[in-house]
Amino acid sequence: MPEVQIRKRLVLVEEIFHEGGAVASVPLRRAAALAVIRNPYSGSYIEKIENFMDDLKPLGLEMARSLVTALGGNAKVVEGYGKGAIVGAGGELEHGALWHAPGGYGMREVLGGAKAIVASTKKVGGPGTRLDIPITHINASYVRSHFDAMEIGIADAPRADELLLALVMTTGARIHARTGGLKAAEIRGEDGLR
Amino acid sequence: MSADIQARAKIRKIVTFVEETLTEMGKNVDPPTRRAAAVAVIENPFAGKYVEDLSGLMTIGEELGELLTQRAIAALGIAGPSAESYGKAAAVGENGELEHAAAILHPKLGTPVRRVLGKGAALIPSSKKRGGLGVVLDIPLGHKDAAFVRSHFDGMEVRISDAPRANEIMVAIAVTDSGRPLPRVGGLLKDQIKGEDGLR
Repeated sequence: MPEVQIRKRLVLVEEIFHEGGAVASVPLRRAAALAVIRNPYSGSYIEKIENFMDDLKPLGLEMARSLVTALGGNAKVVEGYGKGAIVGAGGELEHGALWHAPGGYGMREVLGGAKAIVASTKKVGGPGTRLDIPITHINASYVRSHFDAMEIGIADAPRADELLLALVMTTGARIHARTGGLKAAEIRGEDGLR
Repeated sequence: MSADIQARAKIRKIVTFVEETLTEMGKNVDPPTRRAAAVAVIENPFAGKYVEDLSGLMTIGEELGELLTQRAIAALGIAGPSAESYGKAAAVGENGELEHAAAILHPKLGTPVRRVLGKGAALIPSSKKRGGLGVVLDIPLGHKDAAFVRSHFDGMEVRISDAPRANEIMVAIAVTDSGRPLPRVGGLLKDQIKGEDGLR
């Protein structure tokens, strides 16, 4: 079983007070946790890769916990989430897909069972590649005020034989959300959609 | 976010970054090196016009020196005196002058930084530029008490995709609790410093 070798971690927290409108009494916060790990499958085509998802579970959990910590320590403030991966040049997009299960597992575990699918994106790219991670409401994907995205990246990652894995959590709606649609207060939260 | 923070600098957002390096070229970095940057995006009160007296920006620099240094050490989870190196930088949006960055960074920002970190005999290395949204800011880093500590010559890149807008300024302070991951180019070591003149 390949070992998860972490080269570096990055946690970033955005605190948004306004975007030209009134200053919010409670600022919106968005946090991203990034880990740069060795890609055990870099350099050649390997058919059987799915076992690595289990190996990544502890990392998913640790990153989800670090996000809650970065947002103040209380998982109840988290309203939106997303995840993403950047695969270094020596790997294939499919390696990024290994992050879906362990990343989602980690966040659901920490948030106490979020219902909505975790929005995600992935790409292959070189060091400094930027990734726009999509964000949606944790219990109802259609909540329009919580459709958001957060750009992440690290200047020196991923190297060719690395994977950059990311999880994102937010504390609420866009700072001046006013385009209607399903509101967070209206959701049933049963099917993960509405 | 208390009301008084908004009183002078009109802050649109604050972003903090914490970067930890655990291995380099397969070799463990033990303990991991850690550096944090806190970046505020503020309104540039002098955007779009030439203003001779920049003292308003100097006051904003003083305020942000305290706020961003506090944010950076909180992000690292350390007490101020445990910080080892520091740096500062600013990026002015296209309707501002490079001199606006200078007014924030140089006259008054350093005093509260040093107060929060306990000491800080060395010059705070700095960089500045003008640029558009998503501009990359490379914050130079140097040991806070002895500028010649070679293991701590470093830099940290920060970038915010939606800043600075034309009428904004991005102000960044970086603080570390360590030097480069695997330093081995010699020079003055941190346990050899006297820390009196800010150089050695």
